[in-house]
Amino acid sequence: MIEFWTEWGTDITEAFWQTLLMTGISLAISIVIGLPLGILLVMTRKGGQAENRVFYSIVNTIINVIRSIPFIILLFLLLPLTRALVGTTIGVEGVILPLVVYTAPYIARLMESALLEVNKGVIEAYESMGISTTKIIWSVIIREARSTMILGLTIATIGLIGATAMAGLVGAGGLGDLAYQYGHLRFEPVVMYVVIIILIILVQAMQTFGNVLARRLRKD
Amino acid sequence: MIELKNVSKTFTTGKKKVEALKDVSLKINKGEIYGVIGFSGAGKSTLIRCANLLERPTEGEVFIDGIDLTKLKKWQLRKARGKIGMIFQHFNLLSTATVYENVARPLKLSKVPKHEIKERVDKYLKIVGLDEKKNVYPAQLSGGQKQRVAIARALAQEPEVLLSDEATSALDPNTTSSILELLLRVNKELGITIFLITHELDVIQRICDRVGVMHHGELVEEGSVIDVFTKPQHPQTRKFVFDDANFQVPDSVKKGLSATGRLVSLTFIGEASNEPFLAAITKKFEVVPSILAGGIDQLKASSVGKLLIHLQGDPAEVEKAISYLESQQVTVEEVAS
Repeated sequence: MIEFWTEWGTDITEAFWQTLLMTGISLAISIVIGLPLGILLVMTRKGGQAENRVFYSIVNTIINVIRSIPFIILLFLLLPLTRALVGTTIGVEGVILPLVVYTAPYIARLMESALLEVNKGVIEAYESMGISTTKIIWSVIIREARSTMILGLTIATIGLIGATAMAGLVGAGGLGDLAYQYGHLRFEPVVMYVVIIILIILVQAMQTFGNVLARRLRKD
Repeated sequence: MIELKNVSKTFTTGKKKVEALKDVSLKINKGEIYGVIGFSGAGKSTLIRCANLLERPTEGEVFIDGIDLTKLKKWQLRKARGKIGMIFQHFNLLSTATVYENVARPLKLSKVPKHEIKERVDKYLKIVGLDEKKNVYPAQLSGGQKQRVAIARALAQEPEVLLSDEATSALDPNTTSSILELLLRVNKELGITIFLITHELDVIQRICDRVGVMHHGELVEEGSVIDVFTKPQHPQTRKFVFDDANFQVPDSVKKGLSATGRLVSLTFIGEASNEPFLAAITKKFEVVPSILAGGIDQLKASSVGKLLIHLQGDPAEVEKAISYLESQQVTVEEVAS
């Protein structure tokens, strides 16, 4: 045990932080893109507060197209774009773009469905009191949807952790990379098992945290 | 206070066109409670939603306190809506906010000064009788209590008009009564004009001053509640009034009786309900009346008595008896068998 840790400890810790870093950065950027996109989808859809068929169908189609591409393919597909934009395709920097392209549309969809669940009657009640649409979005729709939104973000985060593991294939580092490089290519199965256990704990912790937070925000 | 002028609303879904409102005009005076009754699909919900432009009429004008809402810009309409409170069948409260926050939040969003928010919320929660439940979430309240919160929320805007969209339809009879009492108090004590729609005759009877009857998107009859109740003109109105007053006498019984005499319903208003008319006609004419059913409805302004009677005797004498009753301000209606 101690022997294993002295041999692999630094590698594992480093990989763990890389995974968290990749997940954290791409999650943050994906939320910044995905959440407003989700709101726009809800508002521009038929019967929404700012109905706009053209915008809705364009965004809707783009999201569907991106969501149809498996991440592993997206990763290679975006290599030229990543190189052009970021200057490198390896390391944590190199993988943020594909991770965001993969996750942001997913988050947009999850946010859209969470926001659509909000009781239309409440929105109408606030409209009838002369409250502006912007205020209704923040103080009514998002407020009422928070709990479902948190659950959605939890799902997205876990999906993202999975995706970062695949990003190891293009040399992004992280737990997935470690398991693949050492566990698979150099035949050190114990490293792979340890990585799997760490991932299981990480995912469990995320899900539990998400559930608890969502439950606390839910009042019915 | 509220005036709808030639309001029409057509919904278009694909190629289908549905005329929900056809050229409806009505005027509601300051301080009165005006009710519109109709079966579901009659267009009454669309009508009330046109009063604050939640639904924009395809044609026509909507005046609130002399201002034509259909001509206002977006921000002006928002301001005008501050004067129009609205309550709904399903309460429409924030599920994630306490009772206090539910009333306070719209005030915050409308930029009411902080100290005034607290004052108003406390005042109106007290009026609706929920000051003890301030920190409770809607999920822990009964339907009637939720509607009280919704009423407090509407009142806290200090509106001049309150729109009620089937506010008691999701409540049981006892709770309905208490909410109607509350609306009556709101109308009397705060002087708020109330425009309500309902499919329950009881609601109209108990709190409305005037009533309109909607059928297939048209306002087919309108008048004071007493007039409409005692002398309904339109077949649809008669359906509402007589369905309630027909005392559910089986058709077979009616048939048998109309073979031996005339079956009529009598309607008395207020004081007249105390007069012994039946005894009088037995004495004055050669007729034998027998009572099949009867009851008294308490309207807001007066009570209305209804009797279903069978009149036997010489046709000429029966005719005289009926004319006598009519001369005594009793409304006599032949009942179809």
